[in-house]
Amino acid sequence: MEAFNDRNVSNGYYKLDIEDYPTTAWGKFKRVVRRTFRGELFVGLWVVMREMIKFDVHTVQYPLEKMPIGPRYRAVHEMKRLWESEAERCIGCGLCEKICISNCIQMDTKIDENSRKEVSEYTINLGRCIFCGYCAEVCPELAITHGGEYENGSEQREHYIDYAGMLTPLEMMTQGKQQEFEGFGAITPHEDAGVKKTPLSY
Amino acid sequence: MEVAYLIETIIKVVVVLTIFSALAGIGTYFERKILAFMQRRLGPMNVGPYGLLQVAADGIKLFTKEDIIPTNVVTNVFKIAPVITASTAFMAAAAIPFLPSFDIFGYTVNPIIADINVGILYILGIMGVGLYGPLLGGMASANKFSLLSAARGAAVFISYEVVTGLSILAPIMMVGSLSLIDFNNYQIENGWIVFNLYGVGFVAFILFWIAAFAETGRTPFHLIANDHEIIDGFGTEYSGMRWGLFFIGEYANMFFISFVIPLLFLGGYGDGSLLGALALLGKVAFFFFFFLWTRAAWPDVRPDQLMWLCWKVLMPIAVVNILIAAIIMI
Ligand code: SF4
Ligand code: SF4
Repeated sequence: MEAFNDRNVSNGYYKLDIEDYPTTAWGKFKRVVRRTFRGELFVGLWVVMREMIKFDVHTVQYPLEKMPIGPRYRAVHEMKRLWESEAERCIGCGLCEKICISNCIQMDTKIDENSRKEVSEYTINLGRCIFCGYCAEVCPELAITHGGEYENGSEQREHYIDYAGMLTPLEMMTQGKQQEFEGFGAITPHEDAGVKKTPLSY
Repeated sequence: MEVAYLIETIIKVVVVLTIFSALAGIGTYFERKILAFMQRRLGPMNVGPYGLLQVAADGIKLFTKEDIIPTNVVTNVFKIAPVITASTAFMAAAAIPFLPSFDIFGYTVNPIIADINVGILYILGIMGVGLYGPLLGGMASANKFSLLSAARGAAVFISYEVVTGLSILAPIMMVGSLSLIDFNNYQIENGWIVFNLYGVGFVAFILFWIAAFAETGRTPFHLIANDHEIIDGFGTEYSGMRWGLFFIGEYANMFFISFVIPLLFLGGYGDGSLLGALALLGKVAFFFFFFLWTRAAWPDVRPDQLMWLCWKVLMPIAVVNILIAAIIMI
């Protein structure tokens, strides 16, 4: 029971050995003298001097250099294509438009010549988008995802990105450079192993 | 003769003013760079090569900014306060020998504007007057933080002046003169004052150095304009070139006190050779660098701690030091 109630992650805690404050004048005097001659000020001086000599500068000169960004980072959206046919993944189901909590996706669909549903209009208002990732999570086709492009400043509050702008260009597909998104809505690794066949009958 | 002297003095004044105004600007560059390196940053990098033109950019900004006089301030005092700081800083420079005397075109130049016989007293007195800038500016500003800063200024002022005055008494007793030139000549014959008189000189040197930090308001005693407590203190309501004048005054003060410390205690410019002059500049550079170094390394003390330090610790040490010096010299 003792072990269950102990919520400390490790039991290596110990109390710091802090001496009591001196109460007598002589005690205070002794503390002042001890602190004065302990040379802590020079330790501080040495530390900053050491860092200056080492010159181990950590500044990232931002517009010229950029930090690598994590693959799960949620920045401006991208529309992916199918690897095999290079066709657009989006099936125009409208789930992303429905789920978007800031109502910033507007889309329209039509029936194309093969009687398939096709996206005719698709815009995201980046001025409203809060980059929550719900659209990427809800998309059944892994079509809408987030990309790594975070430099989307604009002169206006309203700042739109359209379907053509988000879609992976065809040249990138031929070079095989399309990157899958690893964040919200992505397939977890080893997903295949967990797939079960639907039984024919119960 | 009279005319020649007048022209020479005017030229010297102009040279000192220009050089130290420029140095005050470049001092800010060094301060930013050195602080940045000590904190593993790069400091200014974008304006000019390695950010060297940052000083010019700052100057343009300060000069062209609107000069705002807020409502409710005591206008005249508010306007005059920065001028006090800057002008007294430069007035103090009149009695400082910056270099040994040298010849150009057969004409001997003494790089001191006026070798008055009360040199060091004059310098300390004028630098003390400089504190009226923050004091008056802070009180005239109609701003709580400025007022706090003015009150702190007064507290700092009465604390460090005692230590400065008492700590240089012992060296003055050794030299028997108040002129910085006499200090220098004394140290040519008797060695540096820091090492003189069985450690008395050393104690005086340390005390004066500590008081110099309070005098210039640098980091361990950076109380009057402590950004993280009282915004910019007395400078909060100032903008444009009036604020710039405070700034120039502060940096010029740092340079002048960096000249005074080696002149008083560390042998000054020595025997007047080129080597001695370079040594003096090296010492000045070290003391200036030390001001920046402590800013990166040390925390600030509270105003009451500064007063405690000055009155209860440094002043008794200074008095005992003087007594010891007197006993030894008798
Ligand atoms: S990230 Fe969120 S707010 Fe932005 S479009 Fe997707 S669902 Fe809407
Ligand atoms: S992007 Fe995805 S969720 Fe949105 S309409 Fe297309 S397929 Fe549906």
